[in-house]
Amino acid sequence: MAIEFKPSPSLPPPSTAVGPVAWVRHNLLSSPLNIILTIFSLYILYLLIPPLIEWGVINATWTGSSNKACTGSGACWAFINSYFEQFMYGFYPSDQTWRVNLALVILVLLVAMFAIKKINRFYLTLVIILPYPILAYYLFSGGAFGLEPVETAKWGGLFLTILLGVIGIVASFPLGALLALGRRSNMPVAKAVCVIFIETIRAVPLITILFMASVMIPLFLPDGLNFNKLLRVLIGIVLFSSAYMAEVIRGGLQAIPKGQYEAADAMGLTYWQSMSLIILPQALKLVIPGIVNTFIGLFKDTTLVYIVGMFDFLGRIQAANHDTNWLGTTVEGYVFAAFVYWAFCFGMSRYSMALERKLETGHKRN
Amino acid sequence: MNDIKDPSKKSFLYDAGTRSLVFQVVLLAIVIYVCYYLFSNLQANLDSRGITTGFAFLNEPAGFPILIHLISYTEADTYGRAFLVALINTFVISLLGIILATIIGVIMGLARLSRNWLVARLATVYIETLRNIPLLLQMFFWYFAVLAALPTPRNSYEFADFLLNKRGIYSPSPITQEGFSIAVAGFIVSIVISIALIIWAKKRQTRTGLWFPAYWSSLGIIVVITFLAFAAAGFPLEFNLPHKTRFNVSGGMVLPPEFVAVLVALSTYTGSFIAEIVRAGILSVNWGQTEAARSLGLRDSLTQRLIVLPQALRVIIPPLTSQYLNLAKNSSLGAAIAYPELVSVVMGTTLNQTGQAIETIGLCMLVYGSLSLSISLFMNWYNKKMSLIER
Repeated sequence: MAIEFKPSPSLPPPSTAVGPVAWVRHNLLSSPLNIILTIFSLYILYLLIPPLIEWGVINATWTGSSNKACTGSGACWAFINSYFEQFMYGFYPSDQTWRVNLALVILVLLVAMFAIKKINRFYLTLVIILPYPILAYYLFSGGAFGLEPVETAKWGGLFLTILLGVIGIVASFPLGALLALGRRSNMPVAKAVCVIFIETIRAVPLITILFMASVMIPLFLPDGLNFNKLLRVLIGIVLFSSAYMAEVIRGGLQAIPKGQYEAADAMGLTYWQSMSLIILPQALKLVIPGIVNTFIGLFKDTTLVYIVGMFDFLGRIQAANHDTNWLGTTVEGYVFAAFVYWAFCFGMSRYSMALERKLETGHKRN
Repeated sequence: MNDIKDPSKKSFLYDAGTRSLVFQVVLLAIVIYVCYYLFSNLQANLDSRGITTGFAFLNEPAGFPILIHLISYTEADTYGRAFLVALINTFVISLLGIILATIIGVIMGLARLSRNWLVARLATVYIETLRNIPLLLQMFFWYFAVLAALPTPRNSYEFADFLLNKRGIYSPSPITQEGFSIAVAGFIVSIVISIALIIWAKKRQTRTGLWFPAYWSSLGIIVVITFLAFAAAGFPLEFNLPHKTRFNVSGGMVLPPEFVAVLVALSTYTGSFIAEIVRAGILSVNWGQTEAARSLGLRDSLTQRLIVLPQALRVIIPPLTSQYLNLAKNSSLGAAIAYPELVSVVMGTTLNQTGQAIETIGLCMLVYGSLSLSISLFMNWYNKKMSLIER
C-alpha cells in the first residue's frame, strides 16, 4: 500500500513580516535616519494639527453680526457668514442674484448633456459656444426681456472670478489653435507674426498686460469708441492665455507622427480639411490635460485683476478686511479664500490626471 | 511636345505657391494696417491730451520716496534713478527667490520620494496645498496676516542678536575696518588655489584613475586661508547690533516685511512646483541604472551622485527653466503689497505722476523680456552642457 504524501499546510508568515506592525517597521522605522524623520514628522503634526482644530472648529464662532460676537481664541467664521453674498456675487443686487445662479445651472446642465450618448456632441458644443453666451450676457447685464440692468462695475466676487476664467479659456482656445498652426506653417510671414506674438506675450508678466489693457487700450482707440473696464481686462486675459494655449496645442501638433500629415496630403485633402479632420482631433485629444493645466493657471491668475482695481473673489475678501465691524478677521478671510481656490484647482488637477489615464491610447510619440 | 496639359496647372489660382504668396501678402497688409491704425489713434490721443512722448521725463526729479533701496536714493533723485532702484529690487528678489525655491523644491521633491511614509505624506500635503492656491493670496497671507500680526518694536522677539517685529527682521550689520581688503584678498587667493586644485585632480583622475578628495580639501583651503588672512589683518570687522529703543529699533540691518513676504511667498510657491519637477526627474531614471551601479559596487551616495543625478538633471532642466522664468515674472506681484519693484515703481507711481503710459509700460515689458531671455539663454547653455553626448 502506497503511502500518500501529505504536505502539512504552510505556516502563516511571521507577524513581523505582515500586518500593521510590519508596515510600521518597514515604512516608518526601517533605519536610524527613518526613526529620526518619523519622530520629527510626528512632532510637526503635533505642533500643527491640535491648535488648528481648536482654532478652526472647537473655539470657532459661526454666527454673529460683528467681531464682538467672536471669542478671541477661535476662528471668526461669522465674518464669512455675514459677507457670504458679497464674496459670491460682489455688489450684484441681492434680489437679482438668481440670474447668475440660473446661468450657471444652465451651463452645468448643458455640459452634463455630453454624458448622454444620443445627443450629437458637435451640435451641443455649438449651442454652448453660440447661443449660450448671448443668453448669459442678457441674464447678467439685463436691460432686455424686462430684466433690471446691472452694470458690470457691480459684478464681483467668485462670480467674476469664474466668469474671467471661463471666458479666458474658451475664447483663447480658437485663437491659440490658430496661433499654433501659424507657428508650424511653412509660410515665413505667418510664422514670424505668430512667433513674435507668442514670445512677446510669454516673456512678460500678466500684470503688465493687465495694466496695458486698462491704461493703454483707451489710448489706442479713436475718440468716442471706448470699452468698459471688464471688457478691456477680458481682452488682456484672452490675449495672454491664447499665447500659452498656442504652446500647449503646438506640443500636441508635434506629437502627431509625420505619417498622419502625409496620409492626409495623399488623400488629397486641403490644408484646412486635413487640419480639422485629421490632425487637430488627434492633437487636441493628446493635450487635454495640458489645457486643463493652463486653465488652472489662468484661474489662479485671475486674482491679479484686483491690482488693476476690480473686485474678484480675492479682491472682495481683501476689501472686506477693512470693515471696522470685523477688524481682526484677516486670517479667516484668507483661509476661506484659500480653501475655495484650492478646492477648484485641486479638483481640476485630479480631473486632468484621470482624463490623462482615460485617454491614454498608446500611440503617443515623443 | 507637351500636348497633355497638366490638369493641376490649369489655373494659377490653384497653385500652392501662388496661394501662399497671396495669403502672406494679405496677412502682412492686415498686420501693417492694424499697427498703423492703432498708432495713428495713439498719436491723435496723445496730442489731444497734451502728452509729449519720449524719455525726457527720466531726467526729471521723481519726488517720491522708495522705502527699499540698495543704492542711495532720495526724493530729489530723478525718475531714471528710481527706475534703477526698482530694477535692482526686482533682480534681487528674483535671484534670491530662485535660490531659495530651488533648495525648497529639491528638499520637498526628495521628501515626497522618501521611503518614510509619514515624510512622503507631509511633503505631498505641502506640495498639493501650495501649488493650488493663487500666489497673490499667499503674498497677502504672509504680509497682512502673518507679518502684520507680529509684535510692535518694543516687544520684539529676540533670537541671539536678531530682532523680529512688525517692521521686519533686524540683524547685526557688518562694519568693515581698515585692513578688511587683506581678508578679501586672502579669500580670492584661496578660491583661485582651490579651482586650480580641482582642475589638477580631474586631470590626474583621467590620466591615472587615482581619485583625490578635491572638493573637501578646497573647502578646507578656503576656510583656513581666509581665516588666516582675517587674523593677520587683526579681525577688521565689527558688528553694529540692533537694539530696541522706546518706539523703534536702531542700528543693525533690516529686512522689511514687504521684502520678506514677497520672498517667502515666491519661494515656497515656486518650490512646490520645482518639487514635482525634481520628483518626476528622479522617477524618470530607470531603476536598472541604480541596480547596475550597485552591482558595480558603488556606494548609495555615489550611485545617486554619479549615476542617478546626472541622468535626472537632463529631464529636470527644461521645466526648471520655465519655473525660474515664472518666478522672475511673478516677482511683479510684489506690487500688490507695496514691495517697490519694477511694476509698482514704474508702472504705478511713475505712470501716475507723469502720464507717460507708452514709455513706462514699454520699459517694463523690455526689462521683463530681457530678464526672461537671459534666464532662458543661461539655462539653454547649461542644458547643452548637461545633455547626453551622442555619437
